[in-house]
Amino acid sequence: MNTPILSLRDVTVEFPGVSGLRALFTPSGQRRVQAVAGVSLDVAAGETLAIVGESGSGKTTLARAINGLVPLAAGEVWFDGTPLHDRSDWREVRRRVAMMFQDPVGSLSPRKTVRDLLLEPFAIHGMPSNGREETALRLLQDAGLGADFLNRYPHELSGGQARRVGVARALALGPTLVLADEPTAGLDVSIQGEILNLLNGIKVSHGLTTVIITHNLNILRHIADRVAVMYLGRIVELGPVEDILTSPVHPYTQALMAANPEPDPTARRKRLALRGETPALNDRPSGCEFHSRCPMARPDCAVRAPELAPSRTGGIVSCHYPLPAISEVS
Amino acid sequence: MTKTLEVERLSVTYATREGGLQALREVSLEVPAGQIVGIVGESGCGKSTLIGALLHLLPENATRTGGSIRLADEEIATASPRRLRDLRGQDMSVVFQDPMTSLNPVISIGRQMRDIQYRDRIGHAEKNDRAAAMLARVGMPDPKGKLSAYPHELSGGMRQRVAIAMAAMMMPKLLIADEPTTALDATLEIQIIELLKEIQKEIGCAILFISHHLGVIAELCDRVVVMYAGEVVEEGAVEEVFLRPAHPYTQKLIECDPGRLKRKVASLPSIPGSLPDLTNPPAGCIFRARCPYATDICIERPPRVTLTPPHWAACHHAQEVHG
Repeated sequence: MNTPILSLRDVTVEFPGVSGLRALFTPSGQRRVQAVAGVSLDVAAGETLAIVGESGSGKTTLARAINGLVPLAAGEVWFDGTPLHDRSDWREVRRRVAMMFQDPVGSLSPRKTVRDLLLEPFAIHGMPSNGREETALRLLQDAGLGADFLNRYPHELSGGQARRVGVARALALGPTLVLADEPTAGLDVSIQGEILNLLNGIKVSHGLTTVIITHNLNILRHIADRVAVMYLGRIVELGPVEDILTSPVHPYTQALMAANPEPDPTARRKRLALRGETPALNDRPSGCEFHSRCPMARPDCAVRAPELAPSRTGGIVSCHYPLPAISEVS
Repeated sequence: MTKTLEVERLSVTYATREGGLQALREVSLEVPAGQIVGIVGESGCGKSTLIGALLHLLPENATRTGGSIRLADEEIATASPRRLRDLRGQDMSVVFQDPMTSLNPVISIGRQMRDIQYRDRIGHAEKNDRAAAMLARVGMPDPKGKLSAYPHELSGGMRQRVAIAMAAMMMPKLLIADEPTTALDATLEIQIIELLKEIQKEIGCAILFISHHLGVIAELCDRVVVMYAGEVVEEGAVEEVFLRPAHPYTQKLIECDPGRLKRKVASLPSIPGSLPDLTNPPAGCIFRARCPYATDICIERPPRVTLTPPHWAACHHAQEVHG
């Protein structure tokens, strides 16, 4: 891999787990929960990395930690050679690292017109927008909307249009890295293709590196180069997108991919059924944290915690008994 | 084959400042006894209005402007509030999308499950036992202990299991599930779908399952009803409709699902255009403006074209689309 533009080293984010009187009676070590627990990864320039996982797996928190929206409890974040973990002024970083938020309408101020929303980043960063009207229009057109949208308010936009305005805002200051949190959340199937095509298009035209947070597994193949799978705030597997989808190494990855019903009624695939639900963050299982739900767990999985190690797909995996390739089974 | 639910030419209009919004226009569909029927459609297609109309739970500005709803051959569109009170929970019950809003947050699970047995003349202890047995049936660990729990003490998946237990408890003829897995994670979604299948087999009820997720419908349902902008555009057996759709909207919708594409594509398909204004719906075919098959004839109201019964589509070009 070329020099990474974004490097995370043991990134840990903690939240208060108990509060009020109860905190007084809780041992100090248990007062906080680790939403992200020691994540390390590299993103190469121009690459798209998707981070997948279920609710509570820490994927959104990880993205917010990269952008400084939540403080790091430990670890390092390096962006293009500069450390973000010991920085007090985020303004310059956010010019180069743009965030696209999850709720397309909710992330736009309801009292501003689309024109004001597009020009707001320039005002915040004190940057000249040489020719306000032209700038707003150019951004809008890059996102596939016409001039007649400039005077509209967010409530006059459909979900797809609001998402496009979000894309235009993210691109306003010419970022290098875009963090997109659930870019298809709340969009109907018939328009999510448009938005993904737009994202793929601007990625090429603007030379962007993107980190996409999603739980929509169907879109992975079409947007990502590599995929990181998170469980309880840790990466359990990271690898090339096609391997993650068709030849996963970690049993959790396999179960997650198989739990995605296909629109083909004749495809009745064999499922790797998971027991129970994701454990709570303040009640992490011993050993391998997935062992309590893993259909392949052996006795020592409950005792020994696996380390992240190179996998057969060229990625990394944390499992004592990684799954073989399908061809090796038959 | 007996029909548990038969909806005929049901129309519902909402009074809005811009005029009457025709949310449902002559919707007809049927749910045969013991089958799982899926309703699929995108936002604004009228799925929620349809459920509201079935249960008489529409907001005040909604009016049923025509049509009939028959539950096991009984007309319920015009039923009295008293009769509806008897039917709801007993003959038809619902699992809503978000169990946190359908369960009462300040009453224990046990009390809520006893309360829905108010019709049965049995003692407190017996009602408790039945509630615990039902919780055990839906896979709740420690069912007896959970009776004293409050909804906020349970996880999302467990809350949805409680909602399903409550809906199935009275052995309804029709169980309506309104996007019951949308708020859940993928691995839980599969568990809930399996559970619904088992419950259906055990109590033999019919299930009307509403979803926007084509994969879930394909996995769970025997039959599917496709809705677009307040109309049913296609109905039939799941295999028929998904493998050989006869309405252009169904065809495009299935094409748009990226889960179908096994290879990376340069450009993902989408359906250009947007929903028509339902306060003033266009004449003729409702999908005309976005349809690649549209011709001059589409200005006229499309006929119901029957393919392999019960498969039909409301399209002038149904045979051509069906191929």
